[in-house]
Amino acid sequence: MLHKSLMTLFVVSLLFSCSKGKSDKSTFVYCSEGSPTAFNPQVITDGTSDNASAQTVYNRLVQFKYGTTDIEPGLATDWEISEDKLIYTFNLRKGVKFHTTNFFTPTREMNADDVLFSVNRMFDASNSYHKVGGGNYEYFNGMDMGGILKEVKKLDDYKVQFVLNKPEAPFLANVAMSFMSVLSKEYADKLEAEGKKENIDNYPVGTGPFVFRNYVKDNLIKFDAFADYWEGAPKISKLVFAITPDASVRYQKLKTGECQFITEPSPTDLPAMRENQDISIVQDAGLNVGYLAMNTEKKPFDNVLVRKAISMALNKANYIDAIYLGNAKVAKNPMPPTIWSYNDEIADTEYNIEKAKELLAKAGYPNGFTSTLWTLPVSRPYNPNGKKMGELMQADLAKIGIQIELISYDWPTYLKKSSAGEHEMLQMGWTGDNGDPDNFLNTLLGCSAVGAGSNYARWCDKDFDKVVNEAKLSTDLAKRTELYKKAQVIFNEKAPWAPVAHSIVFRAMRSNVSGYKIDPLGHDIFKYVELK
Amino acid sequence: MLTHFLKKMLSLIPTLVGISIISFFLIRLIPGDPVLLLVGERGADPEVYMQMKKNLGLDLPIYQQYFHYIGNVFQGDLGTSIVSKRAVTEEFFGRFPATLELGVCAMVFAILIGIPLGVIAAVKRNSPLDYILMGTSLTGYSMPIFWWGLILILIFSVQLGITPVSGRIDVIYDIPHLTGFYLIDTLSPTVINEEGLMPFFSALKHLILPSIAMGTIPLAITARMTRSSMLEVLGEDFIRTAKAKGLSSTQIVIHHALRNALIPIVTVIGLMFGSIITGAILTETIFSWPGIGKWLVASITSRDYPVIQGGLLFIASMIVFINALVDTLYLLINPKLRQ
Repeated sequence: MLHKSLMTLFVVSLLFSCSKGKSDKSTFVYCSEGSPTAFNPQVITDGTSDNASAQTVYNRLVQFKYGTTDIEPGLATDWEISEDKLIYTFNLRKGVKFHTTNFFTPTREMNADDVLFSVNRMFDASNSYHKVGGGNYEYFNGMDMGGILKEVKKLDDYKVQFVLNKPEAPFLANVAMSFMSVLSKEYADKLEAEGKKENIDNYPVGTGPFVFRNYVKDNLIKFDAFADYWEGAPKISKLVFAITPDASVRYQKLKTGECQFITEPSPTDLPAMRENQDISIVQDAGLNVGYLAMNTEKKPFDNVLVRKAISMALNKANYIDAIYLGNAKVAKNPMPPTIWSYNDEIADTEYNIEKAKELLAKAGYPNGFTSTLWTLPVSRPYNPNGKKMGELMQADLAKIGIQIELISYDWPTYLKKSSAGEHEMLQMGWTGDNGDPDNFLNTLLGCSAVGAGSNYARWCDKDFDKVVNEAKLSTDLAKRTELYKKAQVIFNEKAPWAPVAHSIVFRAMRSNVSGYKIDPLGHDIFKYVELK
Repeated sequence: MLTHFLKKMLSLIPTLVGISIISFFLIRLIPGDPVLLLVGERGADPEVYMQMKKNLGLDLPIYQQYFHYIGNVFQGDLGTSIVSKRAVTEEFFGRFPATLELGVCAMVFAILIGIPLGVIAAVKRNSPLDYILMGTSLTGYSMPIFWWGLILILIFSVQLGITPVSGRIDVIYDIPHLTGFYLIDTLSPTVINEEGLMPFFSALKHLILPSIAMGTIPLAITARMTRSSMLEVLGEDFIRTAKAKGLSSTQIVIHHALRNALIPIVTVIGLMFGSIITGAILTETIFSWPGIGKWLVASITSRDYPVIQGGLLFIASMIVFINALVDTLYLLINPKLRQ
């Protein structure tokens, strides 16, 4: 009997002996919110997959300087741009090593063949890897790289040339984006010879700061620090992504020390986190905008006075408190203030019910009208609660006689119908891809974006379009800045949207974590992170 | 008995054909386009959009898509996930062991505690103990899993620090994928040689809270079912006869009453096991458990047609299989049914 009791005691004590989750000082556990769809930045579109591939395993020819949207050398040490702005020649960095993993051992360093292979997989339909995984390169196509690029040439082992069809000022920023990551051609050839081409998207080999070790579906992704990393080995030796979809559970894991860092803390948990001495919070303005788009192809929204009246009737400061819990900034322009060329001289449309009524009367609607407003069905940083914001907008617009019916669809339907222009007013938003103003002004408001479905106001203004396209063709920063500022003035005069807010981005970590900076593009980057 | 089981299994074929038709057409009836979801707020050029649809085979007429799909199913190919671009079978079997392991543990918890509680409540019927037990089980039955899971985490992980918050095993351990069941894989010779029994205990510890959260409702149902079934049997003539024969009350309750009361309990447990997926969806989300519940919900949100179709087929087969197993168990429990 005594023997049995001792045995039970032993088992129970073993069971609870290491309850706090064993981890050593150099293992950094990041509680991420979801599972990656793939480990190749060429074929993914979501931030979770991007963090697990582009920001850990891979590098680009040029990269965004840590914590900014400025461009700095990456796998290319320098580059030249021809006078006609059509030829970009990149000099590649020498001595850059690819990762050695348990599924691949490289025999050579990174060179021009790797760059050509990586671009041509997306660009050249005859490339043997083009169709692997379905052949959809959403980002490459979304940034119109197929239309911009004429050809990519290898001049020698360490020199590659990109020839463009037309001058494109944001080209360098595009090259710094995740989908332009450089993959190993040697690895691709090996997979092709073994008949396992699809592995290229799931078992990554890159030149980045961390080496992919393994992925347990929906559970853990493990990386080792890359000792031979060209920027210098990371200060942590192991990086683990512990996939934890629920924000409150992530917070509990941070409290118990099961993770050192959590993404997207819930705004309701922030006050408690601030009081906890073991936890520190970093925050920065997000590269996003939430807005109300008015379908300018439909009456009465084709009338600028109506659009202005609506903008004037919305009490945006109230939305910031009620919807964003104060964690956002009122928006006046279609792009966030963190982007260069943001026009701060523009005065925000004032909140003025009487003036809004006057404008409506002038437009021929003295008694208002009835309309519909589609509320965002998903929670996004740029709009955490579309329904609630819709209700506030409904109440605001009723004050000037506009009776609104709120409509919501599930997300896929919402996207489909709104891309086709079926809406009258709708809530939408955008998070920037590369920090270039073109990525907001042209992508969301250009005439070509009406057909592409991302111009939800379906607003095609010749003056605006001319200015943003002129800016796109110039590489002169001062000239571009001037043009984009002008574009924002036109936007403000024509008011196709009522810009609502730019949200603030938060991250929380244990107090012993240092070296982390919020990336304006929304990625989580750990190459400079340290555990004290 | 084997013939009986095989006969039951035959019903799998029409069920699966039915499920394949329903799941295929029903998911396409829900508005929403997987291609537009892939491109998100960005929208897509009509030409690029059509090309993407073509690449996914979604440009064909719907009946052709079905015949194409069912043709592949008969060859063992359930298609490729639109989102992850991996084979549906690979995705499913990578996650299913996690759900099954958790489901089994939750059911073991429910049965081991639920049946004795039900028996005690029946034996002590109308006593304060009975009222307390049945009141608690009613509370357990009415508890939202989401809330209950968080409460368990707050008490046992955050306050007491005796269980981990979530996950399947401590992040430092690398467990080879042998069966996918961590309680088994952690006992493989390679793991034991390298790490000893610590990974096994770590996996066991990670199972405690999710099993309790997931098993609470089945526990309440089992306890209530056992109590009413026992009460019915305890009033039977043969129990009185057993008492008259002078058998001890323990012998009467366990050997005579419980065995006869088990039939409806087994039925209910079988049905509960089949529907464990519904519980898994919530439990897996709270405890970051990498199973199929969470995966299926995500696939519905992203309109990942092949995953939804394949997942439903697998689950339907599992439920038919469990029902056949339960029917066969009746024969084991009640010899009368064998004739």
